[in-house]
Amino acid sequence: MIQVEHLSKRFGDKTAVDDISFRVDEGEILGFLGPNGAGKSTTMRILTGFLPATSGTARVAGYDVFTDSLNVRKQIGYLPENVPLYLDMRVNEYLTFRAQLKGVPRKDRRARIQEALEKCGVVEVQNQIVGTLSKGYRQRVGLADTMVHNPRILILDEPTIGLDPNQIRQVRSLIKELGKKHTILLSTHILPEVEMICGRVIIINNGKLVAMDTPGNLTSKLRGGATIHLEAKGPFRQIKAGLEGIPSVLSVKGEDESAAPSGTRTKTHRFVLETDKGRDVREEVFNAFVENKWVLLGMKKEAVTLEEVFHQITTREAEEAAGPLPPAEGPAPKGGIKETVSGLLSRVKSKGSRA
Amino acid sequence: MTNSITIFKREMISYFYSPIAYIVIAVFLLSSGYFFARILALSQQATLMYSLANTQVILSILAPVITMRLLSEEVKSGTIEMLMTAPVTDFEVVFGKFLAALCLYLVMLAPTLLYVVFLGWVGEPDMGPIISSYIGLALMGSMFVSVGLLMSALTRNQIVAGVLGIVTLVILFYLGFAVSGTEGWYVPVLQYVGTYDHWEPFTKGLVDTKDIIYYVSITVLCLFITIRTLESSKWR
Ligand SMILES: Nc1ncnc2c1ncn2[C@@H]1O[C@H](COP(=O)(O)OP(=O)(O)OP(=O)(O)O)[C@@H](O)[C@H]1O
Ligand SMILES: [Mg+2]
Repeated sequence: MIQVEHLSKRFGDKTAVDDISFRVDEGEILGFLGPNGAGKSTTMRILTGFLPATSGTARVAGYDVFTDSLNVRKQIGYLPENVPLYLDMRVNEYLTFRAQLKGVPRKDRRARIQEALEKCGVVEVQNQIVGTLSKGYRQRVGLADTMVHNPRILILDEPTIGLDPNQIRQVRSLIKELGKKHTILLSTHILPEVEMICGRVIIINNGKLVAMDTPGNLTSKLRGGATIHLEAKGPFRQIKAGLEGIPSVLSVKGEDESAAPSGTRTKTHRFVLETDKGRDVREEVFNAFVENKWVLLGMKKEAVTLEEVFHQITTREAEEAAGPLPPAEGPAPKGGIKETVSGLLSRVKSKGSRA
Repeated sequence: MTNSITIFKREMISYFYSPIAYIVIAVFLLSSGYFFARILALSQQATLMYSLANTQVILSILAPVITMRLLSEEVKSGTIEMLMTAPVTDFEVVFGKFLAALCLYLVMLAPTLLYVVFLGWVGEPDMGPIISSYIGLALMGSMFVSVGLLMSALTRNQIVAGVLGIVTLVILFYLGFAVSGTEGWYVPVLQYVGTYDHWEPFTKGLVDTKDIIYYVSITVLCLFITIRTLESSKWR
């Protein structure tokens, strides 16, 4: 539905988007992540025909965004990042104007506007002047505008920013529902949101694409392992040694509580296990406890959050850019994160060439 | 074309929600009414010729006020992003806004028809020059509005756009006077470029194609440059 190939955009000597390639398939909800100034909005503006690319191509619904801009614009509903609206119009006047502009046939117009008003929860303010609405309500009017002509593709730049928690939930479920019939590209800084609604995620940093995968794969494969928290009773040293003996446990950290003052009722030790490559060691841990007749009070597995992934990828890139490190093509220094990032990058590349 | 009409309608809504339409109309009626009354009292002639001749300066000031925010405000507030990512062409946007400004200009002139009615009541006006004057006013209006619209495309500050438009139009107005009485190859050129020599014949009942061509070609030229400016603003 959207194909982007080697897209670059320079402003003067600043490169806002640097050789990005990706695609969004029909019916997919793709999350677009990246720190401030990464180039998300710029990419979206190129896709909507508002800005021309410096080099590379992008096709939306089969039309080239540069040579066939008008056809592209007929297919998309776009919510720009600060939701610029005409502040001097009433909400329903504004939506009528937009529906006309987007070529909604006269006979459907009323129904389409009503549906958009209802879905975005702005029915009760439809006669209000846009300029007198709160930020969240303007956001909703903007959303209503993007869907009023029932476009095949929605491009939403931070659609939930400025909304209250209830409305965020509502908008998320709205986007999810829209995602059944429409192809959606959305940018956001709210990572749980991505995990909830996006089928796939792209992370860009300094204009470069640094990761592209499903949120699940990103979190589980990226750092590979998981962290397991244990609470146990028994001989501290033996337990620690026993845990270290389990295959694919990388490290065991523990707090020895046996020396705790006798007033403390529970002498509970806490352990934190770092495990390797997505293998679940909980069964082995449990068996070790049973065999040795130690007491296991609690065990909790903690997956890597997308937030951590995001932080690792984007800050690593920043360090790379700052420090006098070898070029990306050079031999990657040993180190878990570094390896997985370049691994991801090569995966991204292979996907790009397949597309 | 339907898109131009849509944009035209939205601009008209916007004009009448803001004080600008009322202010412009009030200022025009006060000043033209003053000239009309004074000149009628002095000349004792049932003609609009002299008072309409005077309105040109007022219109040079009011037309840019009508157009000043049309494009500059879109850029400044960012609504241009919403507008230009809808399936509309640059031409449709510019033309729709031009139509809206011209329409407000004509609405502003409409009450002066009462003066004509009044003249008909107190005397026997010669309708020929009056009709040709209104044709001239409409043509001049389209030129003034297109100059103002171009200035609005050149800057994102609407006050700057307004001042640029007024200065341009007032200079064009005085160009013909400034060189009259002097000699040189540039005299006919400047007199042709200036607005006054094209306007005066209309007040005397003369509708000359050369004057029509002057107004229409400047209008088309300004609209063309405005469209080009809008296109090129993407490349910055
Ligand atoms: N018109 C412009 N002229 C010059 N530089 C620009 C322009 N627009 C964007 N940039 C620069 O391009 C880079 C990318 O900006 P962009 O708005 O795409 O970031 P973003 O990923 O959307 O960030 P945010 O999360 O803050 O919205 C920034 O460094 C920005 O300063
Ligand atoms: Mg942005």
